[in-house]
Amino acid sequence: MARGAFAVTPRWPGALTGALVLVLTLGTLAAVALRAQWDGGLSTADWAAIRFTVLQAVVSAGLSVLLAIPVSRALARRRFAGRQVLITLLGAPFLLPVIVAVLGLLSVFGRGGILNAGLGALGFAPLSVYGFHGVVLAHVFFNLPLATRLILQGWLAIPAERFRLAATLNAPVGRLLEWPMLRAVGPGVFLVVFLICLTSFAVALTLGGGPRATTVELAIYQALRFDFDLGRAALLACVQFSLCAGAAVVVWRITGQDAMGAGFDRVVQRWDRGRAIVDGLAIGLAAIFLLVPLGMIVLRGLPGLGDLPASVWIAAGRSIVVATISATLCVSMALSLALWGGRAVAVIGVLPLAASGLVVGTGAFLIVYPFVNPARLALPMTALVNATLALPFVLRSVAPAVAGIQTDFGRLGAALGLRGWAWLRIAVLPRIARPLGFGAGLAAALSMGDLGVIALFAGDAQETLPLAMYRLMGAYRMESAAAAGLLLLALSLLMFWICDRGGRVDADM
Amino acid sequence: MLTCDGLRLAQDDFALRADLRLPKGRVTALIGPSGAGKSTLLSALAGFLAPVAGHIAWDGVDLTDLSPGARPISILFQDNNLFPHLTVAQNVGLALRPTLRLSNTEKAQVAAVLDAVGLTGLGGRKPGALSGGQQSRAALARVLLGDRPVVLLDEPFAALGPGLKAEMLDLVRLKLAGPERLVVMVTHDPDDAKRIADDVVVVADGHAAAPVATAALFDHPPQALADYLGKRVG
Amino acid sequence: MHNPLFLPAVAGLALCATGALAETPVLQVLTYDSFTSEWGPGPAVEAAFEAVCACDLQFVGAGDGAALLARLQLEGPSTDADIVLGLDTNLTHAARATGLFAPHDVDATLDLPVAWTDTTFLPFDWGYFAFVGNVGAAAPTSLQALAASDVKIVIQDPRSSTPGLGLLMWVKAAYGDAAASVWADLADNIVTVTPGWSEAYGLFLDGEADAVLSYTTSPAYHLIAEEDASKVAWGFDEGHYMQVEVAGKLAGTDQPALADQFMAFMVSDAFQGVIPTTNWMYPAATPSAGLPDGFDTLLTPQKALLFSPQDAAAVRDVAVDEWRAALSQ
Repeated sequence: MARGAFAVTPRWPGALTGALVLVLTLGTLAAVALRAQWDGGLSTADWAAIRFTVLQAVVSAGLSVLLAIPVSRALARRRFAGRQVLITLLGAPFLLPVIVAVLGLLSVFGRGGILNAGLGALGFAPLSVYGFHGVVLAHVFFNLPLATRLILQGWLAIPAERFRLAATLNAPVGRLLEWPMLRAVGPGVFLVVFLICLTSFAVALTLGGGPRATTVELAIYQALRFDFDLGRAALLACVQFSLCAGAAVVVWRITGQDAMGAGFDRVVQRWDRGRAIVDGLAIGLAAIFLLVPLGMIVLRGLPGLGDLPASVWIAAGRSIVVATISATLCVSMALSLALWGGRAVAVIGVLPLAASGLVVGTGAFLIVYPFVNPARLALPMTALVNATLALPFVLRSVAPAVAGIQTDFGRLGAALGLRGWAWLRIAVLPRIARPLGFGAGLAAALSMGDLGVIALFAGDAQETLPLAMYRLMGAYRMESAAAAGLLLLALSLLMFWICDRGGRVDADM
Repeated sequence: MLTCDGLRLAQDDFALRADLRLPKGRVTALIGPSGAGKSTLLSALAGFLAPVAGHIAWDGVDLTDLSPGARPISILFQDNNLFPHLTVAQNVGLALRPTLRLSNTEKAQVAAVLDAVGLTGLGGRKPGALSGGQQSRAALARVLLGDRPVVLLDEPFAALGPGLKAEMLDLVRLKLAGPERLVVMVTHDPDDAKRIADDVVVVADGHAAAPVATAALFDHPPQALADYLGKRVG
Repeated sequence: MHNPLFLPAVAGLALCATGALAETPVLQVLTYDSFTSEWGPGPAVEAAFEAVCACDLQFVGAGDGAALLARLQLEGPSTDADIVLGLDTNLTHAARATGLFAPHDVDATLDLPVAWTDTTFLPFDWGYFAFVGNVGAAAPTSLQALAASDVKIVIQDPRSSTPGLGLLMWVKAAYGDAAASVWADLADNIVTVTPGWSEAYGLFLDGEADAVLSYTTSPAYHLIAEEDASKVAWGFDEGHYMQVEVAGKLAGTDQPALADQFMAFMVSDAFQGVIPTTNWMYPAATPSAGLPDGFDTLLTPQKALLFSPQDAAAVRDVAVDEWRAALSQ
C-alpha cells in the first residue's frame, strides 16, 4: 500500500509553506532581478569567485564528511559518562554566529593563538592559519558537528537485529552493514555541508587571507553594496542556485533518493566493538578540535560579563522571543511540508540552503517596501526568514519520522476516522516529539545567532543580541562584545538544549 | 449483507476479480495461497484500495466512494493495531471519539469492554507493557466498542502461539459474532477456519469464489483449495 | 487583563499617541548603524535637536556608509527619509548621480584640512586613516617602509568596508600608477583581509597582527575611555588619506524647513561637541569648548590626501582591480 494514497490531513498548509519558501527564495531573487538594469554579464573576477567557492565547498564538505565517519561511529558504539552532554556541546559550533566562532578559532589557531604559543615554546616556527587551508579549517569546524550528527543518525538507524545477525554469521559488519548505510547517507550529508559552504562569506574572507578567497556571496555583496549592480547580484544568485541544483541532482543520482534516516539517539548494542583506542582517539580529537575554541570564547567573554550594558540584556530578551517565534514557525512549516510529502518537498527543502541571505533580504525589502516601512517588519521578517533558512535541517529531521508514522499507522488512523487535527494531535505529534524537539532547538539556536536579515531591516528599537554584539565591536568595546558573544553562545546552547530535552520527556513508546 | 458487484482490483501486476454476497450473522474465512490477494480484497473492503471497477455495498448502500473511517466497517491489521504512545484505555476509547476526550459515561463503557475481553484494570498501561495476547485483546476491545456491523480481521493473531491464537479466535466467536454482524477473517490455516468460520471463500488464481459452508467445503474441497492444502502439507 | 478599564485605557493611550504624533512633525534621518547605536552620537544628537526643534527626530540605521547609499537607491524617490547622514567623499559622486539630493543653504566655517565647496553635501566630521599599532613596537614611517618590513597588518576589504576603500584610495593618491606595485610589496605584510572594520580591529587587539588599518583618532578611544595609552597611530611620510563624512538633504523631503534646520544644527556646537568621544572622529567645525583632553596627543599628519568625489569615483574600479590582482598572486 503506497503511503499517502489516502490523505488524512489537508494539503493546504503544505502548499502554503511551499509557496512561502518559493517566494522567499526564488521570489526575492526575481524581485531583485526585476529592479535591475541589465548591462553586461559576469566578470572574470566573478568567475574566479565561482571557481574558488566551488573548490573550497567541495574540499570542506568532503573533509567534514570523511572526518565525521570515525567520530560518529565511535559515538554510535561507545557508551560513556557525559556522552549526551558531549553530543550537545559538539553541536555548538554549528549554532554560533560566524564572528564569534572565527574569533574563538583564531584564539587557538591564529598567530597569537595557543597553538602557536605552544609551538613557539617548543622552538618551532609559527603556523599561519590564513589561506585556503584556513577556510577549510573553519568550515570543518562549523560543519563537522552537523555531519557527525547526521551520520550518527544513519548509524543508529541500522536495526540492532542486523548487528546480531552479522555477529552470529561472523560477517564483516563494515562491508555488510556500514558501507551500504554510508553510501546511502553520506552523499546527502555531503550535499548539505556543500551547500552551507557554498554561501559562506565572512568566514572565507577573514580566514582566506585576501581577495583570493572571494566567494560568490561576497561577490553578491559587492554587487549589491559597492557597485549597486542588481543585475549582477541576481545573476550571481542564479549561479548559486544552479550550483545547488547541479549538486543536488548529482547526489540524488548517486543515492537514488534523498536518503536520510531520523533514527533515535541511542547506543546500538554491537558485538564488533574491537579497538576502543581508535574510538577513543576519534572522540577525543574531535572534542579537542571543537571544544577548545569554544572554551576560548568562554574565557574571552567572562571578564566583560559583569558589566554588560543593560541594552545587551534587553537585546538578548528580544532575541529569545524572535528565536522562539522562529522555531515555532519553522517546526510548523516543516511539519506541514512533511505531511504533504513527495519529491517537491525534497526540492523545497534544499532551496533555502542555496539562497543568498543578502539577496533574500534585499528582495524581501523590495517586495515589502511599497507597502510597509521595512523597519516596522524587522522582527517578524527576521523570524520568518530565519525559519525558512533553518527549514532544510528541521525538515530532514522531521520528514522521515512523519513518513514512518504514515506507513505504520496511516491505515489504522484512517480506519478509526482520525483526520486533520485529531490525527495530528493523537498520532503524529506525540510520536515525533524527539525529531520535533531537535528541530525546534536547531531552528531556535540558528535564529539566535543570525545577523543577516536583522541588519538589513532593523531600525533602532529592534536590536537583537548579535546586532548588539556587532554594535559593541563597532564602538571599540571589544571586551563587552566578547561577553555578549559568550552570552549568545550560552543562550543558543540553552535554547537548543531545552527544546531537544523537551522532545525526550515522556518518550516511552 | 456485504456485496461485491463486478469488483476488479489491481495492484502493480496483480489482479483480482470478486463477485460476492456475504450475509450478516456469519463468520466468513478467506483462505488461499500466499499472494492470492486475500489481504488485498480486505483492503478494498475497508477502503484503502480503490477498485478498478465494480462496487462494494452494505445492505444495499454503496460504500465504494466512502473513506475508510466512514464505512460501517472495523478492521484489525497484522500489526500496528494500537498506538504505542497511548494507554490501552485511550486506544480503546478512540472507537467512541477520535479526540481522546471522553465523558464519564464513555469512560465507563471503555472499562466495561475491557472487562469483557479480560483486561480488567489494565486500561492505564501502554501497549508496550502488555503481553502479545493482551495487546490482541485490547485491539478486539476497541472493535467491540466501535460496534460496527462488519469486522475484518487481516490475520491479527498470526504472531501468537497456537494456544493463544485459538483463545483469541474463540473470543472473536464469543464476543464479536452475532446475528447483526458479519466477521470476515483472512487465514492461511484451515484449522482457523474450521474453528470459528461458518463459511469459507477460497481466493486463488485471481478470483474470489462464492462462500461455501465450512464443513461442506473441507469435506469436498474444490481443485484450487485441494492444490493449496496439498502444497501446504508437501 | 480582566480589568474592565484596561481596554478603554489602552485605546485612549493609543489615541493620545497618534494625536501627539499628528501634531509633532517627524524628521527622518537615514544614517549608518554605528551612528544611531547606544554608543554612537545618535542618542545625544537626538536629545539636543529635539530640545530646540519641537519635532520628533528619528534615526534609521542601515549598515555602513555603502549600505546606506544602497538602501537609498533601493528606496528611490519614494523614500521617507528627509536627510541622509554618513556618506563619505568616496560615495558622494554616486549619491549625487541619483538626483535625489537638494542643495543645502548652510553657510558655516568648517575646520577641515582641505577646502570645502560642495553645496549639496555638508561635512559633519572627518578623520585621517592610519595604521594603529602598539606603543614600543617597530613603527614604519611610510607605506613603502611598511611594505619593505616584515611588520604584519590586518586590513579591510575595500568592497565591503569604508576604511578598506580608504586605504585603497590612500595608496592610489600617494602612488598613482605605481599603486599596483606598492600593493604587490604589501601583500606579504597582510595577515588577512576582513569584511569590516570591527573584525579587523578585533583581530588586532587579539594579537593577530602588529597593526590594523583604522584612524589617527583610534588611540584617543583607548586613552579617554579606557585610560590606556598603549595604542599609537603611525605617521607616514606619503601623507594620510582623509575620510570626510557628510550629510545631504533629500529633494523629496516633506519637512524642508526642518531639514534645513537640522543641517544648520549639524555644524553647531551642540552636535559637533558630541562627535569626538562618540564617533571618535574630528568634528567638522571645532566647538568653542575645543577638543576633549587626549585629542592633543594624537598624530597630526604633515600632509592630507583626498581625491575629489569625481576623481574618487573615476579611479575606484581600476584601483580595486589592481588591489585584487596584486593580492591574489
